[in-house]
Amino acid sequence: MSAPALRRLAWAAMVLLGLAAPYLVYPVFAMNVLCLALFASAFNLLLGYAGLLSFGHAAFLGAAAYVTGITLRTWGLPTELGVLAGTAVATLLGLVFGALAIRRSGIYFAMITLGFAQLVYFLVVQLPWTGGEDGLQGIPRGKALGLLALDGPVTTYYFVYVAFLAGFWLIQRAIHSPFGHVLRAIRENEPRALSLGYDVAHYKLLAFVLSAALSGLAGSLKAVVLQFASLSDVHWHRSGEVVLMTLLGGMGTVLGPSVGALLVVTLENYLADVGSWVTVITGAVFVACVLAFRRGIVGEVRALVRRSFIGGKP
Amino acid sequence: MPEETILETRDLVKEFAGFVAVNGVSLRVARGSIHALIGPNGAGKTTVFNLLTRFLPATRGAILFNGEDVTHARPADVARRGIVRSFQMSAVFPALTALENVRIALQRPLGTSFHFWRSERTLQALDARAVELLAAVGLEADRDTVAVELPYGRKRALELATTLALDPELLLLDEPTQGMGHEDVGRVVALIRHVAAGRTVLLVEHNLSVVQDLARRVTVLARGAVLAEGSYDEVSRDPAVLEAYIGAPA
Ligand SMILES: Nc1ncnc2c1ncn2[C@@H]1O[C@H](COP(=O)(O)OP(=O)(O)OP(=O)(O)O)[C@@H](O)[C@H]1O
Ligand SMILES: [Mg+2]
Repeated sequence: MSAPALRRLAWAAMVLLGLAAPYLVYPVFAMNVLCLALFASAFNLLLGYAGLLSFGHAAFLGAAAYVTGITLRTWGLPTELGVLAGTAVATLLGLVFGALAIRRSGIYFAMITLGFAQLVYFLVVQLPWTGGEDGLQGIPRGKALGLLALDGPVTTYYFVYVAFLAGFWLIQRAIHSPFGHVLRAIRENEPRALSLGYDVAHYKLLAFVLSAALSGLAGSLKAVVLQFASLSDVHWHRSGEVVLMTLLGGMGTVLGPSVGALLVVTLENYLADVGSWVTVITGAVFVACVLAFRRGIVGEVRALVRRSFIGGKP
Repeated sequence: MPEETILETRDLVKEFAGFVAVNGVSLRVARGSIHALIGPNGAGKTTVFNLLTRFLPATRGAILFNGEDVTHARPADVARRGIVRSFQMSAVFPALTALENVRIALQRPLGTSFHFWRSERTLQALDARAVELLAAVGLEADRDTVAVELPYGRKRALELATTLALDPELLLLDEPTQGMGHEDVGRVVALIRHVAAGRTVLLVEHNLSVVQDLARRVTVLARGAVLAEGSYDEVSRDPAVLEAYIGAPA
């Protein structure tokens, strides 16, 4: 089987699974997974394909969640406009942070993004209309396109699912686009890309903005799903969690981040009873996975499939 | 008829925290020639390349390309104007195939390199030209080989094919035969002669027989400054050059 055929198969499996999900598990659980899977996939676009480790992605997720919450609750706008507003604000934030951070690399880049995210956290705590410590409660889901009332969990699920597929498709398209090819070249050998006439910083910035925008979309959807936005969405724990999900599932793979998100959300959900031990267990699973599968779960599976079906090198 | 100058530097100086790596270098490279830049290790040859391509800012001095001042241009801009360099250590995109390596260079003129919504299939239009370029350096059989798996000599050939894809006016080659076996050196020399047709080459090279073979003019650099300039025969007889190379008065 060829690589594109395998990719199509993976796509088909994912779409079908997604369609059936609300009948297999709790819809709210499934929606939460979708939001974080989109978040991790957006993060992976930056880490896995541009080679940039951001430690401030919670800022985009969280800011978008709050903006969506405020527009839906205070102004009663249609759901999709609230989602768009959240995404737009995250995009703008990405543009500003990115423009200031993108010329740094490695640990400096990570630290600058962390610094900006802390700034956003501080603002959210201080501003009067974010609900402070309590967060923003009781966000109405509203009506999609002014028609479809998102009152039932299954209806809401399909709304979120469509948005997820659109975002996920865009990420895959960006990876497999002319832009994606340049991005890979930059990750592989930055001075060489520069010497071929590519303004490296501009390409990285676009990757950063795209990643921020789609993280924002994930945050906006999350606010619609859970009907609240809380400080935990802008907290640096979130920025760390998305690194974990991406590495766990397999960075630089199409499905890896989603698998990682599913795993982390499942662990957190089913271990909720054991209280704060959840962090310890997730940590232990993470360490075990990284030691056992360097390429992440999907990365290892992919290597195995390539070895046995295609006969190529992993 | 006086020769036309494609590249000129005037009193180029580069200081690193007080250490002068390039010290008042004035060069004139004639259009259409192969010009060699030689000198002992640490003479400042690679640093001159870094200044010319704006990978490093010059401390003082000016760089003129086709009569235009490019002293303060951005590196990507310098490349787009037609100065394209190779690197001392081979510079390929390791995880990409040979074909994809060359295609990266070809795709920029398409003007779609920021188009993240377009399919990569639009790049297939470049495959024919990429294969041509690979064939020109003898890599047609390796088009689908991932670059990291190519032997060293072929990596250098791939690098050259990628550089040529931009059809540069001025080619800067930093030790293209370094670390190569005998046959590979012969191949690369033939290749450089072939690609030099219709363009200008500035060549840094330690292998003096390669320099003798290829270069019309030679500039000798020592401790950051120009020590001698002329034809290979002239500079190789120069006592100051012999001293710099052998370390003792001739
Ligand atoms: N980025 C830098 N920072 C500080 N010093 C540098 C830097 N780049 C080069 N140098 C110094 O400048 C001097 C010239 O180095 P350069 O690499 O240009 O020499 P070279 O002629 O290319 O030598 P080789 O033949 O070994 O490649 C050396 O002493 C080197 O240590
Ligand atoms: Mg050098």
